[in-house]
Amino acid sequence: MSRIPAVAAALSLGVLLTACTENAAPADEGDARSITVESSADACDLSAVEAPAGKLTFSVKNTGTDVTEFYLLAPDGLRIVSEVENIGPGLTRDLTVVTPEGDYITACKPGMVGDGIRADFTATKSDEAVDVSAGDTELVDQALTNYAAYVGDQTDQLVAKTQEFVDAYKAGDDEAARAIYPVARTHWERIETVAESFGDLDPMMDAREADLAPGDTWTGWHRMEKDLWPARAEDYTPLGAKARAKFADDLMANTEELATRVPDLTYTVDQIANGSRGLLDEVATGKVTGEEEYWSRTDLYDFQANVDGAKVAFDGLKPIVEKNDAALADQITSRFEELQALLDETREGDGFVSYDELTQDQVRQLSDAVNALSEPLSKLAAAVV
Amino acid sequence: MSGVSRRGLLGGIGAAGAGAAAIGFGAGWAAQGSEPDDAGSAPTTFDLYGEHQSGIVTPVQDRLHFAAFDVLTDDRESLVALLQAWTVAAAEMMAGRPAGPDISSYNAPPDDTGEAIGLPSSRLTITFGFGRSLFDDRFGLADRLPEALVELPHFPGDNLDPARSDGDLCVQACADDPQVAVHAVRNLARIGFGTVGVRWSQLGFGKTSTTTRDEQTPRNLMGFKDGTMNLKSDEQSDLDEHVWVEPSDDRDAWLAGGSYLVARRINMTIEIWDRQTLQSQEGDIGRTKAEGAPLSGGTEHDDPDFELAGRDGPLIDPASHVALAHPTANNGVRLLRRGYNFVDGSTEIGRLDAGLFFLAYVTDPRSHYIPMQTQLASKDRLQEYLQHTGSALFAIPGGIAPGEHVGQALFA
Repeated sequence: MSRIPAVAAALSLGVLLTACTENAAPADEGDARSITVESSADACDLSAVEAPAGKLTFSVKNTGTDVTEFYLLAPDGLRIVSEVENIGPGLTRDLTVVTPEGDYITACKPGMVGDGIRADFTATKSDEAVDVSAGDTELVDQALTNYAAYVGDQTDQLVAKTQEFVDAYKAGDDEAARAIYPVARTHWERIETVAESFGDLDPMMDAREADLAPGDTWTGWHRMEKDLWPARAEDYTPLGAKARAKFADDLMANTEELATRVPDLTYTVDQIANGSRGLLDEVATGKVTGEEEYWSRTDLYDFQANVDGAKVAFDGLKPIVEKNDAALADQITSRFEELQALLDETREGDGFVSYDELTQDQVRQLSDAVNALSEPLSKLAAAVV
Repeated sequence: MSGVSRRGLLGGIGAAGAGAAAIGFGAGWAAQGSEPDDAGSAPTTFDLYGEHQSGIVTPVQDRLHFAAFDVLTDDRESLVALLQAWTVAAAEMMAGRPAGPDISSYNAPPDDTGEAIGLPSSRLTITFGFGRSLFDDRFGLADRLPEALVELPHFPGDNLDPARSDGDLCVQACADDPQVAVHAVRNLARIGFGTVGVRWSQLGFGKTSTTTRDEQTPRNLMGFKDGTMNLKSDEQSDLDEHVWVEPSDDRDAWLAGGSYLVARRINMTIEIWDRQTLQSQEGDIGRTKAEGAPLSGGTEHDDPDFELAGRDGPLIDPASHVALAHPTANNGVRLLRRGYNFVDGSTEIGRLDAGLFFLAYVTDPRSHYIPMQTQLASKDRLQEYLQHTGSALFAIPGGIAPGEHVGQALFA
């Protein structure tokens, strides 16, 4: 939570980023916007104490022996306009921030303690109109609140559908279990990047057989998937009722544990943006190639669910992106539509055809559409912070 | 014919520029090891014969052709004859000469396939090894199987293709010119027809490690410097400790002066990697992308400080590649890496079929590879973008004395 005000502040200053870059500054003025900072144990030396308002780059070199940080603060010395952390000794990190005309305070914080070594800094009037719009903080708060609500809702549905699945599976009703399996997993896949952030639960719930080391016990969704769809397995021995109950109860317990932890999560806009791209990465790695649901061939359900989750994340950020980079917002929007149109061709009944029914051409088209969307999506985080 | 160099031939057919070099070449090749080139003192040819095989501590060349072979016969004498023939041909090719003596009989195919005529030796080295499968009951070698020549375990995430894994024999050909490296494997395969067949082979470009200090650390296809911590050829005591085999019993006495070679074909999901933020890429590796400095600070060759804390824990993530691969996290073991980048075209969905062909020479894979890879496979952040698709382990016999053949001690 502590990072959110910083993000919001940085965001509010990023509004006219696109306009700035389109409006190329003269070379000398451009150089004036590149400021070097040397942070040592007892000094914070800036190459300039003023610069023309616009997109400023502070190139912060740590010449001391402790880890350092650099802050651009509002004149009250409290509000963080932007910051760069974790600069190891000898390393240089760039902080780029769209800076409206006005007074600021710079601070180097060697050792990451105290108020830091502070000095006044001024962004002077320039041709680059940089505006701070009101209301961006609300947009960010709205996006964060909505995304948290979405994750919470999907988690609740995951718990309910997983319960249905394990009940059918334990009762030996394989047909019902097979029907509910991809539906329940949809709720997992929609929030996969969040679920995976619980590094202890993820391998117990979602590991594939090849992910195991010798001696590991295989548990979770895919263990039961293999038991329900053993057609591709060699010499497979079906699980007995006792083993079924063990795996089912284990999955249910882990799902409930996940649900108890989710409400404690907090998000930032860049996390949501990177999570959106991360879900498309999941599609590219496991779903488009048919590796995720090796036994059941229900990869297209997961594919759709990942896309759903990525779309919700993007839609939440869209008002912010539209202000910062309207072209990027349009491109991502249309590429989501193009990918969805291809996915819709693979629908069958309430669900999707088996991965095996896809032609090579379809796989190729889906893969190309994932690439087409993922590239602009990878620029989303930079456009919202 | 043994005095004819390829460059001598070239001079004879009149190509400009190479003729003068050929004079020094013919005279110098048989001397110990190497011949200075026109520009300086760096060797341009290497000697097959010596205490250790060439192509291990030898300065890493730019290109690789690696081949694994299966032996097709059960006849021990045929196998020995092949090793003799390979040894002779390898010595000739490394010296920049044709693989076989007769290249001019008009009514027979030439002994050498010809594509390297006119090319310098390009620092060619040819290194031979024996896989575990050679030590079955076919050749009476079962009681010479070294204990360390194990079957590598399944590591989490492995997706190994049997058609790109294992093999009875291996040949590693490294040269600065890919045509010279390919020529070497092609001619050795040809000599082997009837006795061995190629099981799989791998081309590599862009070395990903160096074994000498004066070279810049090269980059892998993730765009990061690779092998900063690699063992260097002048670290004699470390080479003895980490690379060369210390024979311990009758089973591995024949491996004196030898080593073990771990070969892993590691595919990278390059397109996905390229979409990660610089912060995330550097966090995965634990080093900066441009300089290769550890995230704890300094420059490339400064020791990483795994304790140095930033805002949210150590500056170098304990799950980063450098933290998990570092000797301090692996009982002090070091590897001599000699890997190459590879691109085998594109997949059917248009992705690069590309990655790192990992080659590491170690004194014992049980202490120097398996524990490290077990840790990397389950914890390394990079694992998200990697998939091991081929795997092999070979025992690399010690150096060859003039008049002997490679692995002679094994068949004694």
